[in-house]
Formats: sequence, structure tokens, C-alpha cells
Amino acid sequence: MMLSSPWRADFPALANLAHQGLVYLDSAATAQKPQPLLDALQHYYAQGVANVHRAQHRLGNRTTQAFEQVREQVAHWLQAPVDSEIIFTRGTTEAINLLAYGLEAQIQPGDELVISALEHHANLLPWQQLALRRGARLVVLPLDASGQLDLVAAQSLIGPRTRTLAISQLSNVLGNWLPLKPLIQQAQAQGAWVVVDGAQGIVHQPPNLKQLGCDFYVFSSHKVYGPDGLGVLYGRRAALAQLQPWQFGGEMLDHTDYYRAQFRPAPLGFEAGTPPIASVLGFAATLNYLYQIDQAAWIAHEQRLHSNLLTGLQQRSGIRILGQPQAALVSFTHESVHPSDLAQLISEQGVAIRTGSHCAQPLMQHLGINGALRVSLGLYNDQQDLERFFQALDQALELLV
Amino acid sequence: MTSVSLPAQAQQALSEFQQYKSWEQRSRLLLRWAEHLEPFPSEAQCETNRVLGCETKVWLTAHQCKGVWHFQASSEARLLRGLLALLLVRINGISATELAQLDVQDWFQQLGLAHQISSSRNNGLNAVIQRIQKLMQAPV
Repeated sequence: MMLSSPWRADFPALANLAHQGLVYLDSAATAQKPQPLLDALQHYYAQGVANVHRAQHRLGNRTTQAFEQVREQVAHWLQAPVDSEIIFTRGTTEAINLLAYGLEAQIQPGDELVISALEHHANLLPWQQLALRRGARLVVLPLDASGQLDLVAAQSLIGPRTRTLAISQLSNVLGNWLPLKPLIQQAQAQGAWVVVDGAQGIVHQPPNLKQLGCDFYVFSSHKVYGPDGLGVLYGRRAALAQLQPWQFGGEMLDHTDYYRAQFRPAPLGFEAGTPPIASVLGFAATLNYLYQIDQAAWIAHEQRLHSNLLTGLQQRSGIRILGQPQAALVSFTHESVHPSDLAQLISEQGVAIRTGSHCAQPLMQHLGINGALRVSLGLYNDQQDLERFFQALDQALELLV
Repeated sequence: MTSVSLPAQAQQALSEFQQYKSWEQRSRLLLRWAEHLEPFPSEAQCETNRVLGCETKVWLTAHQCKGVWHFQASSEARLLRGLLALLLVRINGISATELAQLDVQDWFQQLGLAHQISSSRNNGLNAVIQRIQKLMQAPV
């Protein structure tokens, strides 16, 4: 039986793409948007916009109230503990930069900043650069031969000099879940702050932050069917209190004269300038939409698709799958064809997949490859999308091998 | 605008590409053109000659002799080697003045391959064209 998605019709772009003969299998890069989000953006702009946290007028109050409610909604979705805050940023990248700059004063020469070998550049470069600025040492947790994080090695690398551990929930290249729980416990036992990059993971498994216990958790709205230009930084209040503000401007201060200022605590102290109001309100609509989806059915659908994708690739000769993907995506190479050639011919046939180093150049170097192709899934994908991809792949290989 | 003369091999490329409409035939043709690319010395595949700005490795060398530029290029990807071949047959052997006036975008447009330039930074053709323009502006 053909596996179809009961949610496909909720995403108007899917029908429009199909009309253009295009298949979208690049949701790990950014996801298509559900109708309720489009309606919410239209509603907000049509009903009258106002800036938040500033005006005394009724419209300003109304917008501010709606805006602040989204924080609570996000906190609820993340199952965040009460002693925490939700800060809005422009994306995951900005959230991690905020942390790296906010913690800078706490980092001394010789301190250790720990990441894993599979981090996206967004969760590598801010820490690499912080280490260079402060004379600290970047420590990279290695992977084992199958691409899983080597927990034994991690145990000896997280130690008394560890100040931060920044790690992904789900790899954007290998598609494997990281063993967060033991890593968080170990790092926190050493007094380190733990940052979890949920950019990929949250779409397929929203976290339970009460249980997870990390200090910070970050993600982008656009990958989880929300609008662009919005990221979320969750922080435990005690951890947020350690951060210094990093961007300065409107509404992030309690008081200033020409020469000195006092800044607000989180969240507002870290949201200088006008935030992306429409995106925040739109994200609330996306969350409401996601809430009414049967979680078990959603996960089961994606798992079936993922398994079919993996099996289909394994059946083809010459294909090498990277790591042991568990969810959401599969990256692969071909033994005799350059990934760029394969990608180009697949693209010629109207199938959108990702190719290149996936913003993880050191991981590519570690795997000894010059790039890879990645197929990634959203809840709107179906078996027909996979069939189109396999057909395109076979045709491309016929030309190239 | 292409008022400049079309080298013989470029003329041949043009008539071949204008013959075929399906992506499959055109891709086969591009792969065949990849074989026409002048052999690129392996010692020239070094960092100095590497064209930055594309994820796929591309190398380019340039020599000028009596007012005529001669370029050599290669890549680890076959389709890109095909595109490079099509670029080089258009620009090698013409005078520096003609080259400075040439609209490369228009050349690929005529071949029906314009999307290969604009499509993505992965494919690297755009970076090669920019590098060539830079080389020509640099004092010799």
C-alpha cells in the first residue's frame, strides 16, 4: 500500500510544488509552512501592526500581550521547568552566538569548551572563536566507527576545566540522536553549562526540558514549520543570570544616562531592538497546528518513510550511507560518482535534495569524503515523493556510472 | 550582446546543444564535452590554482601571450568539467579586448545552460567566471 501523508493538504506549497513538477525532500534545510501560519501572518498584518513593549496605546498593548503569550506557549511545548525563560532570537545561529558572547567574561585562559565532532558550523564556530578570543581550549568529542558519539572517550574528555558543553540533539548529517542525558549529567557534575542545539531534533522529537535538565536549548522556527527569522533560546534562570548582554539598543535596559546603563534581566535584556513580531505570532499558529496532530501517528509516519528511504538506498549498489541514521534524514555518497554530479542530475529531474558539506566541513574531513547527498523528510512527505527520488537517482546513475 | 566572433569549437557546441531538448540528452552531451577538456596537469591541481567559493574542487590557470588569454581548468566533478569545457572553447583564443566585452552569461543562455550559472554555489561555474574576470583586471 502506498504510504500517504494525512497532513500534506495542510501545506499549500506542496500542491504548488507538485504543479511545477517538483518534489521537496530538503526539510532539514527549511520546512514548508502550514496554512494556519499563512493565515496568522495575513491576519496580523491586515488587522494592524504595533510594536511591542513600548506603546501605551491599545493596539500596542494587544500586540504585546499576544507576543508575550507565545513565550508561554513555547515554554509549554518544550515542557520547560518554571525557573526558566524563553528568549527570542533571529535563529539558532544567533542564539548560540548570544551564548558564546554572553559567557565570554566567564571563560579564562586554559578553560575547556567541549563540542562533538559532528556539530553544524553554527555550533562549532561560535565556540571555536570564543576559545581563540579567550585562550581557552576547544575539546572535540570523537565519534566511533559507526558515527555514534564515543561515550567512553567523552568521559575522559569532560573534566574539571570544562566550562561549556555544546552538543546537538540530532545530527544534521548522520541523522543519529546523541546520548544527551549522560553527557549533560557529566558536564554539569563538573560545573559546566550545557547547551543543546535542537535545530534538527526538535522537528522530530520535541524535548522534555524538565527531564533533560540542560542549561540552554536552542532551535529555529523555520525548520519546525514556522516562519523565518525567528529562533528560540531557552535558558534556566540561574544560567541566564550568568550571561552578559551582547547586543545593545532599544528596550533592553532599565535605565541609562549618556555614560552608563543598567540592563534588564532575561528575556528582554537579550532582545535589543524590535523583535520579529509577525514571526513570533505566526509561530504561535504553527504550534497550535502541531498540537492538534496526533504525535504518535506523526512519528510513526516519519519512521515508516525513513525506513523505506533507508531500505531503498541500501538496495542500490555503490551507495554508501553515512553513519547509522535513526530519524528524519539519510546522507549518502556513491563509490564512483562525485556527489555534485549526482545532485545536479537529480535536480534536473525536479527533485530537491541537499548536497555538499552540509555546514559540517570538519565532519566531512573526518569521514574522508568531499561531500554527500542528503534526503530529509517532513511530515508532509509520502511514499510517492520517495519513488520520484529513487527514479531520479536511478536515472542519474544510469548516465553517470 | 555578442558582437565578437565565435570560435569554431564554440560554434560546434552551440549547434549540438541547440539540437537536444531533454535533460537526459543534454546531460549526456555535457558529459561528452567533459571528455574534450584539455588535460589538466596534476601538479597544477594545487591550492594556488584552486577556485574558492565553490564546494566542488575546481582549478584554473591562465596565461597571456601576445594579447590572447589561454585558460586551463579542471574539476573533480564531471558535469562541471563539461561546463568548463564549454566555457573554455568560447573564451580561449579570442583577443583580450574581445574577452573583456564577452557576456558569458549570454553564452550559457544560448546553450540553454544559463541555470547552471545562477543555480548554486555548489556547482562552481560562477566562481570560475568571477576568477577569470579578476585575473583579467589584475596587472600582468
